Amino acid sequence: MPVLPEPTVLSLPTPEATAALARRLAPGLGAGDVLLLDGPIGAGKSHFARALILARLNAVGLWEEVPSPTFTLVQTYHAGDLEIWHADLYRLTHADEALELGLAEAFTTALCLVEWPDRLGPDLPADALRLEFAYGAGQDARQLTLTGGARWAGLLAGLAQTVCDV
Amino acid sequence: MGQTITILGLESSCDDTAAAVVRAGSGAGPETGAEILSSVVEGQVALHAGFGGVVPEIAARAHAERLDLCTEAALAAAGIGLDAIDAVAVTAGPGLIGGVLSGVMFAKGLAAGAALPLIGVNHLAGHALTPRLTDGVAFPYLMLLVSGGHCQFLLVRGADDFTRLGGTIDDAPGEAFDKTAKLLGLPQPGGPAVEAEARTGDPARFAFPRPLLDRAGCDLSFSGLKTALLRARDAVAAPQGGLTRADRADLCAGFQAAVRDVLVEKSRRALALYLALGPADPVFAVAGGVAANASLRAALTDLATGLGVRFLAPPLRLCTDNAAMIAWAGVERFRMGHRDGMDLAARPRWPLDRRSPALNGSGRKGPKS
Repeated sequence: MPVLPEPTVLSLPTPEATAALARRLAPGLGAGDVLLLDGPIGAGKSHFARALILARLNAVGLWEEVPSPTFTLVQTYHAGDLEIWHADLYRLTHADEALELGLAEAFTTALCLVEWPDRLGPDLPADALRLEFAYGAGQDARQLTLTGGARWAGLLAGLAQTVCDV
Repeated sequence: MGQTITILGLESSCDDTAAAVVRAGSGAGPETGAEILSSVVEGQVALHAGFGGVVPEIAARAHAERLDLCTEAALAAAGIGLDAIDAVAVTAGPGLIGGVLSGVMFAKGLAAGAALPLIGVNHLAGHALTPRLTDGVAFPYLMLLVSGGHCQFLLVRGADDFTRLGGTIDDAPGEAFDKTAKLLGLPQPGGPAVEAEARTGDPARFAFPRPLLDRAGCDLSFSGLKTALLRARDAVAAPQGGLTRADRADLCAGFQAAVRDVLVEKSRRALALYLALGPADPVFAVAGGVAANASLRAALTDLATGLGVRFLAPPLRLCTDNAAMIAWAGVERFRMGHRDGMDLAARPRWPLDRRSPALNGSGRKGPKS
C-alpha cells in the first residue's frame, strides 16, 4: 500500500495570496483532474476558481469573464484544448441532479472545479484533490487545507516546501 | 386591425418549463398591438425557493414531460387549437443542454407534425425584447437585465441587434441578495427578505464598498460586497454574542444601499453611451427579479427621469423566465422572415452580442453573465 500524503495546510493572509496559489497550481492541472472546493460562503472558493480559470485562459492568450456559477450550476470554458468546468452544486439536493448536468463524464474529459461538492454524495470522484477553505485569524486571512491521494503527492509536497512563497 | 400572426412559444432552458401564445399584427413594429393570449409556467415555485434547498427542476426528462402538458394548457387557455398557430418559437439556447435539447426536440416534432414553421430564439433575446411586447418600445433602447443569474447592460438596436455594454464580473445582484439573507439568517428568496429588513435600518452605519466604481466602463462586481457584509456581521456579533434586530436591519440597509449605488452609477454610464446615439424617445428598461426592489427601482427611475429618459420595468411575471417572451421574440423574427429548419441546433453557449468577443463561460443551466 502506498503511503497517502499528509494534508497540506496553507495560510493565505489575503485574497491576493489565494489568487497567487491558484495561478501557481493552474499550469500543472489537466483534463481528468477534479478539484473539490469546500468551505462556507465567502471563504474564497469562487475567488480561487476564478483566478485558476483566468490563469489557464491567459496562458493561451484568452480572457473571459468568470461569473459565479451559483445560479447557472455549471459554467464551461475552453483554454485551448483544455475544457474547464466550474460547477457550483449549492442549489442541488440530490446526487442524481449532478449526474444530469453531465458532471460524471466531465470528471474524465475536463478539468473540473466543483464548489459545494458534498452534494455529489457517493458520486464524488475518489481521485480528487480536496481544498477546504476556512476563515483565518485576520479579517482577510484564510486557511486552506489540501488533501489528495497518491496522484497529488508531488504537488502537495512541493506546496508544503514553499508555502512561504505563496 | 389588419392581418395578425399567432405564435406558440416554448421555454425549457432553465428551472422552469413554459408555453405561451402571443398574437400580434403582422406589420413591422410593436405598435400594431401584441396580446398575450396565454402564458403557462410550471415550476415557478421551485425556482423562487431554489436557494433554500428546494430541488431545482433541471432534469431533461421532467422538461420533456411537462412541455406536452404546458403546450396543451397554453392552447386551451388561449382558446385556440394548433390550426390557429402560425409558427412555433422555441428557446434554442443558451441554457442547460438537457433542457434546451428537450425544448428543441419537442418543438421540431410539433412543427413537423402540424406543418408549421419553426423559429429558434435566444433566451436572452427573449428577455431583452420584452419591453416591446409589454410597452411597444421602439429601437434603440437601453436594457438592464438584473436577476439571480444575470446582470448586464444591453443596447437593443433591433430584434437581432444587441450590444453588450457591460455586466457583472462575478456574482449577479440577485445572488448577492440571496447570500446576504443566508448570512443573516433571513428566509429565501433573499431579495424581499433583505428589502423588508432594510426598511427600518440605517444605511450609513456600515461603510460597505462600492465595487468597481473606480474602473471605467459598465462592468459590475458584487462578490466583494458579500465578504464585506460577512466581516461587518462578525465584527458586530463577536463582542455581543449575536446580532440584534437593529444590527441586522442596518446591515441589510447598508448592503442594499451599496448595490443600489453601484447599479445607479453604472446605469448612468450606460445611459450616457445610449444617449450618445440620439434616440428620439429614449427608454431605459429594467427586467429581472431585482427590479422588484423598491429602493433600487426608485433610484433608477430618478436617474432616468433626471436625464429625460422614460423608465420602464415590465411586470415581474414577464421578467422571470416565461414563454410569452419567447413567443414575442418569435413574432419579431417571423416578421423579419426568419425561419429555422429541422437542423435547428440546441446551443448551450450562445452569446447575444455577436460583435463582441465571447464574454462569458456558457451557462449550462441558464444564460448567465
